[in-house]
Amino acid sequence: MYSWIWRRLPGGTGSKAFLALLLVLAVSVLLLFVVFPRVEHLLPFTDVTVD
Amino acid sequence: MSRGGDLVRTGLRGVGQLLLTAGFVMLLFVVYELYVTDILAGQAQDELSDQLDDEWAGAASGPTPAPITPEVGEPFAFLHIPGLGADWRRAIVEGTDQEELAQGPGHYVGTALPGEQGNFAVAGHRVGRGSPFLDLGELRPGDPIIVETSDAWYVYRVLGDPATGDFATGPIPGQQIVPPTDTSVISPTPLAAPDVPPSGAYLTLTTCHPKYSARQRMIVHAVLEGGPIMRADAPDGPPALQEG
Repeated sequence: MYSWIWRRLPGGTGSKAFLALLLVLAVSVLLLFVVFPRVEHLLPFTDVTVD
Repeated sequence: MSRGGDLVRTGLRGVGQLLLTAGFVMLLFVVYELYVTDILAGQAQDELSDQLDDEWAGAASGPTPAPITPEVGEPFAFLHIPGLGADWRRAIVEGTDQEELAQGPGHYVGTALPGEQGNFAVAGHRVGRGSPFLDLGELRPGDPIIVETSDAWYVYRVLGDPATGDFATGPIPGQQIVPPTDTSVISPTPLAAPDVPPSGAYLTLTTCHPKYSARQRMIVHAVLEGGPIMRADAPDGPPALQEG
C-alpha cells in the first residue's frame, strides 16, 4: 500500500518525502481530533464511576 | 526469483506495513488520551467556569442557601481541594456519563446536593481529560474539600484521624480502594445499603485506580464540617480554602 502511494507522489525523492510527511500529519490530525473522540467511549479505559 | 516467491514477498510486506500502521495508530491513541484530552477538557472547564461566573454574577442571596436544581450536562458548583494545589478549582457538572466527565468532575445524579444530608458523590478522571483527580491518593485525613455554590461555601473534611493519618478510624474510612461494581460507596450513608437513611452530610469522590487503569476505584469519603458559610459573609471563601 505504501509503495503504491510512494509511486504516485509527484516529483523527486525530496518532494515525495515532503508530501508523504504531509499525508502522515493529515491522517494523525484526523485521528486525534475526529476519530478518537468518537470511538473512545466504546473502550473501557476511561471508566471512573461505580455502577 | 520465481513467481511464487514474489507473491510471498508482497504478502509479507503487506502484513509488515499493516503491523507498523496498527502500532502507529495505537501510539497516537496514547498521545490522544494523555495530552489531547487535557487540551479539550481545559477548554471545556474554561467555558464552564465562565458560564458559572456569568450566572452567579448579581445573583440575589438570601439568609440561607437557595435550593439547587442542576440539569444534566450543566455546571452548578465549584470544587476546591487546597491539598491538590493552592488554586485547585474545578467546575462540577451534573451527570457522570463520558460526555459530562470529559468536561470535568461529574455529580452522580440522584445523590445528595452540596450541604444536604446524604452523600454528595462526584466522579472524576485520574489520568487524561485534565486529570482532575490525579493526586487524590495524596489527600490525608482532615484535609478540606470545599464546595462553592452560587450563594454558599461548604467545607467537608476527609474522614479518619488527622493525628495518625489513619483513614479507617470510624465506620466510614477516609479513603478506600473498591471494585468498580461496589455502588455502596455512594449510598446516602456510605457503605450502607442504598435504602438506609443518611446518617450525616457526606461527600464522596470516585476515580479510577491504579493510575492508567480502570481495574479498581479509589474512593475518598469526607464529612461536612459545620453548616453552610454564606457567600455574603465570606466573599473570598472560608479560611479552610487557604489550607494546603
